[in-house]
Amino acid sequence: MVNIIIGAIALGLLWGIMTLGVHLSYRILDVADLSVEGTITTGGATAAVLISNGVNAWLACLVALVAGLIGGLVTAILHTKLKIPALLAGILTMTACYSINLRIMGKANIPLPTTGSNKVETVFTPVHDLMKSLVGEYDENSSMAWLLDILVSKNFSAMLVGIVVVIVLSVIMYWFFGTELGCAIRATGNNQQMVRAQGISTTLMIIICLMLSNGLVAFSGALIAQYQAYADIQMGIGSIVIGLASLIIGEVLIGTKTFKRNLVALAVGAVVYRIIIALVMAAGMAANDLKLFTAITVTFCLSLPLIKNGINKLISKRNGEAAANIGEEE
Amino acid sequence: MLKMTNIHKTFNAGTVNEKKALNGLDLTLEKGDFVAIIGGNGAGKSTMLNALSGVWPVDSGKIVIDGVDVTAKSEHRRAPYLGRVFQDPMMGTAANMEIQENLALAMRRGQRRTLRWGISEKERAQYKELLATLDLGLENRMTSKVGLLSGGQRQALTLLMATLKQPKILLLDEHTAALDPKTAAKVLELSDKIISDNGLTALMVTHNMKDAIKHGNRLIMMNNGHIIFDVKGEEKKNLTVDLLLRKFSELSGGELVNDRMLLSK
Ligand SMILES: Nc1ncnc2c1ncn2[C@@H]1O[C@H](COP(=O)(O)OP(=O)(O)OP(=O)(O)O)[C@@H](O)[C@H]1O
Ligand SMILES: [Mg+2]
Repeated sequence: MVNIIIGAIALGLLWGIMTLGVHLSYRILDVADLSVEGTITTGGATAAVLISNGVNAWLACLVALVAGLIGGLVTAILHTKLKIPALLAGILTMTACYSINLRIMGKANIPLPTTGSNKVETVFTPVHDLMKSLVGEYDENSSMAWLLDILVSKNFSAMLVGIVVVIVLSVIMYWFFGTELGCAIRATGNNQQMVRAQGISTTLMIIICLMLSNGLVAFSGALIAQYQAYADIQMGIGSIVIGLASLIIGEVLIGTKTFKRNLVALAVGAVVYRIIIALVMAAGMAANDLKLFTAITVTFCLSLPLIKNGINKLISKRNGEAAANIGEEE
Repeated sequence: MLKMTNIHKTFNAGTVNEKKALNGLDLTLEKGDFVAIIGGNGAGKSTMLNALSGVWPVDSGKIVIDGVDVTAKSEHRRAPYLGRVFQDPMMGTAANMEIQENLALAMRRGQRRTLRWGISEKERAQYKELLATLDLGLENRMTSKVGLLSGGQRQALTLLMATLKQPKILLLDEHTAALDPKTAAKVLELSDKIISDNGLTALMVTHNMKDAIKHGNRLIMMNNGHIIFDVKGEEKKNLTVDLLLRKFSELSGGELVNDRMLLSK
């Protein structure tokens, strides 16, 4: 069970990078960008091809990130230059990505085995090796064996990598959106008219933001592929909903009072989402029902403000009646 | 300072909704001119300011600001020359950003946005001082989101933003129309003060004839997409509302003074 939870945390953190990307488009720029469904797979595919050809895993992630930037650029140009509505522009890129991803991989699935004769070196391998050498040999029957088992598990090293990467990226995001450029991008999501009146090209801001968003998403895809030990043409399907679910769960649990808090919320949301999924799976939900479950979760979370409002009204009405009753009694 | 020559702009050309909004408009501004612009609904006042700020390209004509031909420049490339306050108080600020962040965005109007920090300590002190001059208590709410401010507060802030980095021309399009009378008077007074303190060149659209007569050194009246009446100096000072209304029906070819012009008498 502990291993399952740690696995969920690790996967949540890796998906948390994707959530950061979704936050850039959905919250900061205020557009629902569906191209992430394509670029997350592009990231996974690019990294898988490179890694299975012996390229350094971090370098492969970097190339995947650049591939994502290009994907974002395409969507942004469709939207800003060709004036295609953002939603449709995203769908076009996503659709085009499907073919491109197949081209990149050459087939529908590339395994990235971490054991066996054709095993590959992923970003997690060095950490895993380090953990193993740190823990060293131990007696499987000792009372501490369960803990040591966890420490040398693949999930634990993936979690460590996830923590470091999410923290580094969050710090970079925090810095970036405090700069002049970052402020200009945030303002673009607020009020384009005002931004142009300040001499800023909204077109350029939208391009930069969608590129960064898809770059992060592809980077996340690259890490996810390495964690699950394969890249698959289907891996992006439903990813936008997962990203939104994580984003909204985080916002509900942690809040968005300050940008710092908001960044923490994104990571926490992604992790909590994965833990919820792990728990319902452990409770016996069929894997095929997951997407339905996720969609319902997101619907519920999105309508939460409405539900909260309704409850508040109900409560105030009750209190009102109670107050009236008291009045009568007197 | 500004020369707009023979500007034409037709919306929805070739459709049933075709509308000649600017029709051979000519306007020359001297440095330091503060011009009140009046005219009925649909006369083309906003369209003139939009043509000047480059919201869309004009069909024909030429626009020169302080010697620079800006006719072909896009909206954000003209921003270095212009400070703008819109009729809608929501239009001039970014609601989800802090007061000080909005000011910092305006402070860099026309500059390249770099990876330097978006707002410096020194600026903060300066903003605090400037906000204090508005006398709205905003200097103590520098980190509040602008969305929390009232319409009048937002409009005062927008005015401050538009003049933070001195513009060649300040454009005010019915910037007090959405405010209650008391707030409107206050914002107008503030505009007057900022313009005279900084010796700004300004264009102010208003539907209030009294305001138009009281403020500025020059008054122009628009109808059907061009200027029909233009007075300056002493002659302007001696205007009355009745005189303006008479002038309007005379110059617009007997057209009846429309409700809105009368209402704001
Ligand atoms: N973007 C646009 N598209 C189509 N028609 C427009 C557009 N902008 C203005 N018009 C039309 O051009 C004409 C002039 O409009 P404008 O907004 O300049 O009038 P105005 O003098 O500012 O009037 P008001 O006092 O009502 O603000 C109107 O008939 C208007 O409907
Ligand atoms: Mg108007």
